[in-house]
Amino acid sequence: MCVANTGRVVSLNKEKNTATVNFHGSIIEARTGLMEVEEGELVLVHAGCILQKVSEERYNEWVKLAEEMGDL
Amino acid sequence: MGKAGRRDGRLINKKMTDIREISKFLKDYDGPEIRIMEICGSHTGAIAKNGIPGILSEKIRLISGPGCPVCVTPSAYIDRLIEISRSDRHTVVTFGDLLRVPSSKCSLQEAAGASYKMVYSPLDIIELAKDEPERTFVFAAIGFETTTPVYALLMQTLIEEKIKNVKILTALKTMPEVVDLLCSSGAGIDAFIAPGHVCVITGSDIFKPAAEKYSLPFVVSGFEAEDLLSTLYLLVKNRGKGVVINNYPAVVSAEGNKKAQELIDKYFEKTDASWRGIGNVPRSGRCLRTEYAEYDAGSKGLDHDEKINKACSCDKVITGKLSPEQCPLFGKVCTPSTPQGACMVSPEGSCSTQYEYGS
Ligand code: SF4
Ligand code: SF4
Repeated sequence: MCVANTGRVVSLNKEKNTATVNFHGSIIEARTGLMEVEEGELVLVHAGCILQKVSEERYNEWVKLAEEMGDL
Repeated sequence: MGKAGRRDGRLINKKMTDIREISKFLKDYDGPEIRIMEICGSHTGAIAKNGIPGILSEKIRLISGPGCPVCVTPSAYIDRLIEISRSDRHTVVTFGDLLRVPSSKCSLQEAAGASYKMVYSPLDIIELAKDEPERTFVFAAIGFETTTPVYALLMQTLIEEKIKNVKILTALKTMPEVVDLLCSSGAGIDAFIAPGHVCVITGSDIFKPAAEKYSLPFVVSGFEAEDLLSTLYLLVKNRGKGVVINNYPAVVSAEGNKKAQELIDKYFEKTDASWRGIGNVPRSGRCLRTEYAEYDAGSKGLDHDEKINKACSCDKVITGKLSPEQCPLFGKVCTPSTPQGACMVSPEGSCSTQYEYGS
């Protein structure tokens, strides 16, 4: 139930307090309000809400490692 | 403050050679047996999916904990949801898993005359309520610290937009108190994989008191194979030490999300909570503050827990005393399509994970 996914903010709708977030091609509308976010930032989304920003640097390290693991 | 400190999981240089070395270390480990509990059901699922138990030394035992809000919700809560769903012009709105959890008699999905709707986000209830102002919509607000801020945002929206036909039925849980109980209960846990998404909100420091009090290591982990392997390595290496290590620094900090914490505190206060299989744990839950009582759908006193099948051993599974296959009903009477207890319902429940992936 606490599943959360990482995606990138495509655009913000300040009036509705929402952000359009792209998760590897699938686009969803997520609520903002728990964290200030900007367009282009990586975010963690749970139950339709942005919980946190994702550190780009750490995320890239991780993706690289995941790819290498896939080759094992 | 004791010796316990915070360490950054990045100290392990995450290079592929290290992962190979880590895997070898975990396979060849021949020290004293170590019992490691993963508190969160998402970790249970990720461990099983990645076949991690199969690559560990027999001396490293993984035990599932109480980390699924679906699994720990008592039957009285489900009974109340069913009652609401049968009331005139009322609809229960919920996450999917909760529909199938057996109460003392049946599940919400099986209840005759029940009006319910499944959604992806609690905030989806707002549109439903606007579309049908004559009907009262009640959200089944279960969850840990991860989900509670979403309910706080819902409350904020309801108040700002003056929406009157939405209420919530709360069974919100908080982790530290139940972890303290597990540490002191004699379940023999030597180390904990701390729940990553809970810590996004609370911060990893939330586990410091238990780590220091019981001299046990807690490693906050992500949900991928390499996260979990490095977490297990850190736990084994830190056995006997009261430390909290953040091995999920991309999203977890020591302090967590302050804004979310403030919003939670604005609408919800600490309360005693009943956990299926464990019983009442003082101050391990949250409920609406009295000033917001008009939004509460009758959440007080829903503590009673009755099994649909007396032989179900969920209570022992959740506390790490039995593994699912030691339950006499496992895989026979009790399967994901005929669940006898909550642990077989949620895809993250220990029993359904075990059924799905074996060990
Ligand atoms: S619901 Fe699932 S993710 Fe949340 S705590 Fe459970 S198991 Fe972890
Ligand atoms: S196998 Fe079924 S009956 Fe046994 S503990 Fe798990 S959920 Fe309960």
